[in-house]
Amino acid sequence: MSDIPADLYYTEEHEYLKSTGEDGVYAVGITDYAQGELGDVVFVELPDGGAQFGQMDVFGTIEAVKAVSDLYCPLEGEIVAVNDELDDDPSIVNSDPYGAGWMIKLKLADPSEVSSLLSADSYAEHIG
Amino acid sequence: MSDTLKLTPLNDEHVELGGKMVPFAGYSMPVQYPTGIKAEHAAVREAAGLFDVSHMGEFIVRGPQALDLVQRISVNDASKIEIGQAQYSAMCMETGCVIDDLIIYRFPDRYMLVVNAANLAKDWAWVSRHAADFDVELEDVSDQTALLALQGPKAREILRPLASLDVDSVKYYRFAEGEVAGIPAVISGTGYTGEDGFELYIPSDRAAELWRALLEQGGAAGLIPAGLGARDSLRLEVGYALYGNDLDEEHTTLESGLGWVTKLDKDDFVGREALVAQKEAGVLRRLVGIRLTGKGFPRPGYDVVSGGEVVGRITSGTVSPTLGYGVALGYVPVDLAKAGTAVQVDARGRLVDGVVQRPPFYTEGSIKR
Repeated sequence: MSDIPADLYYTEEHEYLKSTGEDGVYAVGITDYAQGELGDVVFVELPDGGAQFGQMDVFGTIEAVKAVSDLYCPLEGEIVAVNDELDDDPSIVNSDPYGAGWMIKLKLADPSEVSSLLSADSYAEHIG
Repeated sequence: MSDTLKLTPLNDEHVELGGKMVPFAGYSMPVQYPTGIKAEHAAVREAAGLFDVSHMGEFIVRGPQALDLVQRISVNDASKIEIGQAQYSAMCMETGCVIDDLIIYRFPDRYMLVVNAANLAKDWAWVSRHAADFDVELEDVSDQTALLALQGPKAREILRPLASLDVDSVKYYRFAEGEVAGIPAVISGTGYTGEDGFELYIPSDRAAELWRALLEQGGAAGLIPAGLGARDSLRLEVGYALYGNDLDEEHTTLESGLGWVTKLDKDDFVGREALVAQKEAGVLRRLVGIRLTGKGFPRPGYDVVSGGEVVGRITSGTVSPTLGYGVALGYVPVDLAKAGTAVQVDARGRLVDGVVQRPPFYTEGSIKR
């Protein structure tokens, strides 16, 4: 079974939002389920810091050996940090998707919007 | 074709091993096991991997005119195949376009045609139609036949103690009939990975027994089960074409890199006239290898770009797990088909630099030709 931490927010496209402790700023990555489905990740293409994205905009792509997949911005916001570690070792997305495998830190335009995302329970139901 | 996926005789083994099962050519097949594609790929390059390729189709041709039928439908010269030898070839339509690629085995009393699972129904109809013109008996033994591919530099040492015959006498594209782990098998010196190894044709009802015997024997040498994902990345690293990606009914053998098996000077065969005409007129596009030098990975369907214009299309592409960069096969106009030609690949809106290269991309394989 894939790991779905209770205190995170999720999208139907298998991204998660995880609080960074800083007000309105969330780490975004893909879920354990998603990394398992994709298989070995070989390349993560991410935007530059400062870039702005709307909800469901494509902010990057993730390449596995077998497939390529878009990364969707869960909510409107500004990229305040990008995980450069993934350049050197994209396999962290597989080994630690909710920790060192984060992709971007997103400063939400409207932090109250997180309540519109899926809870852990709803996401678990979504992936069946 | 039914909507229900067919299962290979090894389905229970795959499920028990945690294989991720996906639909492929009408079968439920393991794309990878929990080890993952990269580890399975590396095992085949460095030690050995075991693949279930039982979905492949096998037709038997017997009778006084068996050779004549094979010659009629095959672009390669089947009269050159010795008993105990296998030959790679293709079947063409009258247009010279490829119906399927296949391997032809010559037994003392029969030929065996091994075809792609995705094309089985089409191929059977095609071969049957031509068989009507000859004194032959044709039999589809696909369901009774399981096929295991044992591939990698350690394949030979793993098979040796289990085989009833000297596996070292089975050379590249040769085969012998014997037993493996007490199971009657056609032991064939063929594969799809660029590594030394064997393909083992066995009765379906003994497949699980052989699968387990091989894994038990090979475990210490590093043998692991490998799925279709690794099979695809392995074949692409050595530039082997895949029907449905690189080979199709839109391209002739001369365009799709099968000129070397197309023997235009043998007796008439289906497609010959069109191929002779195309050769005389000049081939306009070719399947080539493309190595990406920029950052990004090629995928089937991506455009090939030159001078700002879309000039061709990627038909297979991946990151090479061994080499670390993107490798692809694709069609380009013949003036861009020369090795060393700079091209770009449109990776979802981003142009990535690449260069035309004659496959194989990976040249260190243990294959013994």
